[in-house]
Amino acid sequence: MSMLLMQQILNGLLDGVYYLLIALGLSLIFSLGGIVNLAHGAFFAIGAYLTLVISPYLGFGGALVLSPVLVALLGIVIERTLFRRFYRSDPILSLLLTFGLAMVAEQALRMIFGAPPLSYSIPQELRGQVVVGSFIYSFYRVVLIGIAVACVAGLWFLLQKTPFGRVVRAGVQNPDMVGALGISLQPYMAAVAALGIGLAGLAGVLLAPIYAVHPAMGNEIITPAFVVVVIGGLGSFWGVVVAALLVGLVKGVMVGIGYSAASTAAIYLLMLLVLLFRPRGLFGERMTRLEQ
Amino acid sequence: MAEIPQFTRRRLLQSAGGLALASTVAAPSVLLAQSSDVIRVGHLTPRTGFLGPLGEYGVMAIDLAVEEINAKGGVMGRKIELLKEDSVNPQTASTKAERMIERDKVACIIGEISSASCLTIAQVAQRNKTLFINTGGNSDALRGSDCKRYMFHVESQNSMYVKTAGRAFLRDGLVKGKKWYSLTADYAFGHDLLKVSKRFMQANGGDFAGDDLVPTDAADFSSYLLKIRDAKPDLVVINLAGNQITNFLKQYAEFGLKFPVGGFGFDTALAWAAGKGNFVGTWPVVWHHMIDTAGTKAFVGAFTKKYNKPPENQAWGDYIAMKIVAQTINDLKSLESPKIIEHFEKGAKFDLLKTREGYFRASDHQLMHEMYTVTALPADQVKNQWDIFTSGAPVPGPDESLEVIAATKEENSCTFPT
Repeated sequence: MSMLLMQQILNGLLDGVYYLLIALGLSLIFSLGGIVNLAHGAFFAIGAYLTLVISPYLGFGGALVLSPVLVALLGIVIERTLFRRFYRSDPILSLLLTFGLAMVAEQALRMIFGAPPLSYSIPQELRGQVVVGSFIYSFYRVVLIGIAVACVAGLWFLLQKTPFGRVVRAGVQNPDMVGALGISLQPYMAAVAALGIGLAGLAGVLLAPIYAVHPAMGNEIITPAFVVVVIGGLGSFWGVVVAALLVGLVKGVMVGIGYSAASTAAIYLLMLLVLLFRPRGLFGERMTRLEQ
Repeated sequence: MAEIPQFTRRRLLQSAGGLALASTVAAPSVLLAQSSDVIRVGHLTPRTGFLGPLGEYGVMAIDLAVEEINAKGGVMGRKIELLKEDSVNPQTASTKAERMIERDKVACIIGEISSASCLTIAQVAQRNKTLFINTGGNSDALRGSDCKRYMFHVESQNSMYVKTAGRAFLRDGLVKGKKWYSLTADYAFGHDLLKVSKRFMQANGGDFAGDDLVPTDAADFSSYLLKIRDAKPDLVVINLAGNQITNFLKQYAEFGLKFPVGGFGFDTALAWAAGKGNFVGTWPVVWHHMIDTAGTKAFVGAFTKKYNKPPENQAWGDYIAMKIVAQTINDLKSLESPKIIEHFEKGAKFDLLKTREGYFRASDHQLMHEMYTVTALPADQVKNQWDIFTSGAPVPGPDESLEVIAATKEENSCTFPT
């Protein structure tokens, strides 16, 4: 295998990590509440814009902490006022709601910050490249991936090893049974929405220095994130992780071997194949409330 | 019995698909009362999506132009009323153009950035015999195989961009015997531009080390940057569009690549968004805010006063197109598109805020005017967030015909459909 192809495979896998931050939140919110959050990309954009607002005062480090927290708080407000009304209704209603929400958020950003993209660069101390053999990588991305991996690991621990996680996972499987046991899922939903939406905000902060910051930036990342969720399978943490890396890999390799024009099409083809052979996604669990 | 939500995966996917479809055709519509004391002009341009940020400059500029025209008494003693809409995509653009012409009876349609949408609007304009002035679509095909009698172009064609920047690359010894690596936006505009750039390289003894088509939704360029690093080209040529140029420039600096960069498609707003230090290379523009003429200074002053930031090149296109239309209607005392077209085709001259006046070439309706190359300033010489480049002299030079940078009849020929 050529050196360049090796680089592309590695780079593709690393790229998948960005999708992961968005897709995990999407998957969590859908799995527990049945809400397909089309506004998830908007929270990503809000996270990026907040970075531009906060960093002149508190620096990039300050924005890295504060911006996801603010986005998560916004998530709680949205969950308490809007999402909760739609947990038990036809998904078309929550689709319409979040679709509208995404448009409102995008237009609000446009009205506050203007339509042209805003300028923001990597902080001075995080610039530079890492060279390993013939492989070159940006130092900033190494930091970015470190933070992302830490978050994903933290989320896994929270969901798998804590009492909180046990209730959430039970709620995903069978909300009625959880209710029958006398546990109200409502506070858990608020927490899950805050986590999922906060992660989108975090992704916004992390990508603001390397992507163009503009009101519609959420649209660029939301579609691949949805594809990741569908490929991974609902309710499966590792499914989403594997799917995110797979999507990154397929994109990277397609560019690497000279079929860049088909790199976007390839991930849809991948999704199609997965849906044909495994309609629940790669690791999707059988959820009683989704089967009929 | 516990309530079980009535939905399945299949239903969900159907709903999502349906919603995506609905979003492309949804459009608000307000019925306007007809009145004879105003002259209506339609403005269509992408205000959302990857060209949206540029479209917004067009909207700001045409608003300013109409304000100035109306303050001076309007046209033929009547005020101009602007109908502005987001053109969204080629299909929606066509529907909206149809509605503007048939229901709102606009005198003409101005605007657009996407070459694909330009074509669908032009088809409607041709069918309804109403003037359409393209202010941002670059593809040569619009001035060649797809040309229309009712479509005029204030925006330069790709050939003009390539020949303008090409002169700078020739001067810097980056063409003959050199290898380029190009990244091209994978849609009508990019394909057309790649064709024209390849023709330029072939004619001048250069070659391509690689050329990749980039899907328009791609935001991450790391895979491409690794390939470019491996290919070691003499020049990296960017034929991308919209926010992708900003993304590319930011990530090119991030990966620390040092090959010279240039491009044939460019918008100042994208360089401003990349910011000092990230913005590198030499690029062609139809106009920029630092041109040293009285007209440009007045326009930049008025625009900055109204919007607190300088105009970029797309703003110039929509501003100047509105001014040309208003001046022509006043001169002719007629709103009729065929008469306006006849006037344009006779070679009427217009002030374009540059050193020389320009005119529409009758053979393909392309505006003949001066272009410029801008070159990024090193980060330590940048004084503010707007003046981040220096400008080359106008191209063509003062002693040359304005037509030398445009596509020749052999390169791109137009036969207007009757």
